[in-house]
Amino acid sequence: MGSLETVQGALENEGFLATRLDAFVNWGRKNSLWPMPLGLSCCGIEMMALVGPRYDIARFGAEAMRFSPRQADLMIVAGTLTWKMAEVARTIYDQMPDPKWVISMGVCSSTGGMYDSYSVVQGVDSILPVDVYVPGCPPRPDAVLDGLMKLQKKIELERPVQALFKDRTADNEWLEGHGKIQKQPNDSVPQYDPSVGVASDEENG
Amino acid sequence: MSRSLEATRERLAPILAGLDHKEEESRDGMLTLRAPQDGVRAVLAGLHAKAGYELCTIVTAVDHDEAPTPRPQDTGGARFEVVWQLHSITSNDRVRVKCWLAGEEPGEAGFSAPTVMDLWPGAAYFERECFDMFGIGFDGHEGLKRLMMPDAYEYYPLRKEFPHGGIEPDRLYKAWDKQRRQPSGGTA
Repeated sequence: MGSLETVQGALENEGFLATRLDAFVNWGRKNSLWPMPLGLSCCGIEMMALVGPRYDIARFGAEAMRFSPRQADLMIVAGTLTWKMAEVARTIYDQMPDPKWVISMGVCSSTGGMYDSYSVVQGVDSILPVDVYVPGCPPRPDAVLDGLMKLQKKIELERPVQALFKDRTADNEWLEGHGKIQKQPNDSVPQYDPSVGVASDEENG
Repeated sequence: MSRSLEATRERLAPILAGLDHKEEESRDGMLTLRAPQDGVRAVLAGLHAKAGYELCTIVTAVDHDEAPTPRPQDTGGARFEVVWQLHSITSNDRVRVKCWLAGEEPGEAGFSAPTVMDLWPGAAYFERECFDMFGIGFDGHEGLKRLMMPDAYEYYPLRKEFPHGGIEPDRLYKAWDKQRRQPSGGTA
């Protein structure tokens, strides 16, 4: 039973949809943004209201607040980020798997806000790449929803599949030149050998 | 309503007799004692043991360098003073103890006050904050490290020479990286 017959059967009986792979991947990503809530002060309270039934962030597929950065794609920095906390925030961001986005919620995280102080980071964009800034002190939950929708629009413009086929020769040469990666000898790269063939299911047991 | 200044002075007189101190004028009506750097520990220990001061409300410091007010004349050249405020719940009165510090630079010998964390365990945090903000050492403190600012921070924000707007973040990043590369410490 080959897979080609399966596909043909599906096309005849179930119908099909043609799309670009980029659009398909983006559709999946933008509608399942799992936030990593970094509630640092009063904005965190508004963020809790965001998840509740009245504002209901689940309508946008972002209701699954993940307290492990390994399971999150969207970091919501909600509140005043101090320098003491900045190192922690950066570590959490680094632990999130790609692709990942950042919403800066409120004026404190966007600019430092009223805390023009030695202990407060004057805008989290000095330590994190921010995608959407939401103003307010604190912003209303609907403002954050608006920011989330703007982020979804932004994700639609990405080209995730094209990035896979990008020619990375220049990048790799730069990394090798700066000692970031080690140059691999050519004979270590597995070469396709047609005589070996592909292991079938029976051989693997 | 706490006790009057005279009542507190009267109550403490037998306890403070023989200890090196003098009374100072205070604008808020709280009894204020001035002790030398090497004798302040004895004053504080006496107040803790015999005068029933169960609570150390704060340990902080004052930087008297330059503006807005000129440095006081009678300090013997000292720039910093450490202030302890004590509260007696049983007697319902308060007392303030002050002490001029020799030296100015963090880590300098003599630029430190005796710890009181063995008398009032809660004072350990005040002393850490004081170290964090002024760089003042506390002799005998177990684990004197920064409280509010990152461990790698190189400055002491409440000193007069510290700029109001803080410092540029680049230097902090470099310090973090340096800390991360060390095999013993770091978070990454």
